[in-house]
Amino acid sequence: MEGWIALYIFMLAAFTGIEVIRRVPAILHTPLMSGSNFIHGIVVVGGMVVLGMADTTAEIVVGFIAVFLGAGNAVGGYVVTDRMLEMFKSSDKTKDKG
Amino acid sequence: MIPGAEFIVPAAYFAAAVMFIYGLKGMSSPVTARQGMIWAGIAMLLAVLVTFIHPKVEGNYGLMLIALVSASGLAWWWARIVAMTDMPQMIALYNGMGGGSAAAIAGVELLKMHSGQSDMATTTLLVASFGAIIGSIAFSGSLVAFAKLQGWLRKTWRFPKQQLINLVVFGITILLALIIFVAGPSPFLLVLFFGFALAAGILITIPIGGADMPVIISLYNALTGLAVGFKGFVLEIPALMIAGIVVGAAGTMLTQLMAKAMNRSLTNVLFAGFGKADEDAGGGEATGEMRSIDATDAAIQLAYAEKVIIVPGYGLAVAQAQHKIWEMTELLMSRGVKVIFAIHPVAGRMPGHMNVLLAEAGVDYEMIEDLEDVNAQFPNTDVALVIGANDVVNPAARKDPSSPIFGMPILDVDKARNCIVIKRGQGTGFSGIENLLFFEDNTRMLYGDAQKVSQQLIAGIKSLG
Repeated sequence: MEGWIALYIFMLAAFTGIEVIRRVPAILHTPLMSGSNFIHGIVVVGGMVVLGMADTTAEIVVGFIAVFLGAGNAVGGYVVTDRMLEMFKSSDKTKDKG
Repeated sequence: MIPGAEFIVPAAYFAAAVMFIYGLKGMSSPVTARQGMIWAGIAMLLAVLVTFIHPKVEGNYGLMLIALVSASGLAWWWARIVAMTDMPQMIALYNGMGGGSAAAIAGVELLKMHSGQSDMATTTLLVASFGAIIGSIAFSGSLVAFAKLQGWLRKTWRFPKQQLINLVVFGITILLALIIFVAGPSPFLLVLFFGFALAAGILITIPIGGADMPVIISLYNALTGLAVGFKGFVLEIPALMIAGIVVGAAGTMLTQLMAKAMNRSLTNVLFAGFGKADEDAGGGEATGEMRSIDATDAAIQLAYAEKVIIVPGYGLAVAQAQHKIWEMTELLMSRGVKVIFAIHPVAGRMPGHMNVLLAEAGVDYEMIEDLEDVNAQFPNTDVALVIGANDVVNPAARKDPSSPIFGMPILDVDKARNCIVIKRGQGTGFSGIENLLFFEDNTRMLYGDAQKVSQQLIAGIKSLG
């Protein structure tokens, strides 16, 4: 990839990340950390690509590990976050009442 | 190759990147948070599915499916059965897996280069090795953090010249990366390289303990994001870059917010070791004695109070007392007592951890107040009930300049008319610092497991009719 374009993506994405978190109330800090933990589970896609290209045994083994760990990150991160956010459900209802 | 894949795949990745950012943004409010996660989940599913027709993917579909299904099943099952109180270490565990995945991707890339199948450009190779180091550190470091929080690893290792040894290990890792860069990767060099990077993660994490754990987990979360972003560059998948860097930046901000809430700098967390001066701090300055109270008397005080502020801490989480506390709170409220919960930003083991637990028990989040709003209310509060919190209510942070926590914002429970502290034993808290609050004239200690004690309090309040 063109280095400069990559650098621009890097810069813009970094600002996006900072802006997104700046307005988050403290009560959502743990769910947010968990949610962002889920999002970097996208690394599983990278694992799939390298496993798909792997030829030698060593490459296949390491590629398999990459997919396995990445998928664990994504699914585990999602379930943990979802369980936390589930806790806030009843509070929403009471908020509507008031 | 499937016709049109060259367009479909990048288009799907682009859509996924948009949904990820939209989803993360939704998480800034409790009302839209779940919806945000659903968007992010759809994005993940889309990205994974479309990768099966990625033009570079030429085989190993079976293995891919096996890895995906087995890892998903295991992770799903474990995340489901784990108790709410154990969530922090699950974040550490799954985050470590992400870091390990990024490192393994770098491993395959470097192996490919060794067999001469890919000649990476100079920058790409540098970025790949850098991502490998960060990913490996996040992997081994997170696993150590997980083991510590899970209670599998109880010791905090500190040995002489620790910083120096860490620096040397880290230096050798960088040196190996440079050798690989110049001489090309050989399997032997790669094993050595990853070995040292993993060792660096372990060495950095083992001396860290106590209240610093959430900060370090958040830092590793940010590092994994960064490593994933670097892999996106190497593999030429911008969606990976964007998702990774957004998480890296957000995680760095969150890490700083947490460190700030504890009045510690990140370098302090990483290199100083929490409360190194423990032995000579506190101790001498604590004057007076601790006075205890039994549950019946405490129940009377609570029942006839006008206003009660409950300050939960990690002890509440350990004892799983959140439901009992809520039951007690409802009893008090039915008697006309005004009850609010005050949560310190770093109470528990993660910012917001207490909020999640209280929400689980059914506490309305409008009853929960932050540090800034609640401190002014203590002077006109009859009883401040501290449940398993310690350092975040230690007045030494205000009064004793020699204390390691001096300057840390605390909840001023000592300013309430009466203060009841539910605590398991007489020992010091997580940080090992003597708590001046316990020696105040208006403080009474109520010893026991938070769950049992709250059961006794409920019985006590009920018996008053």
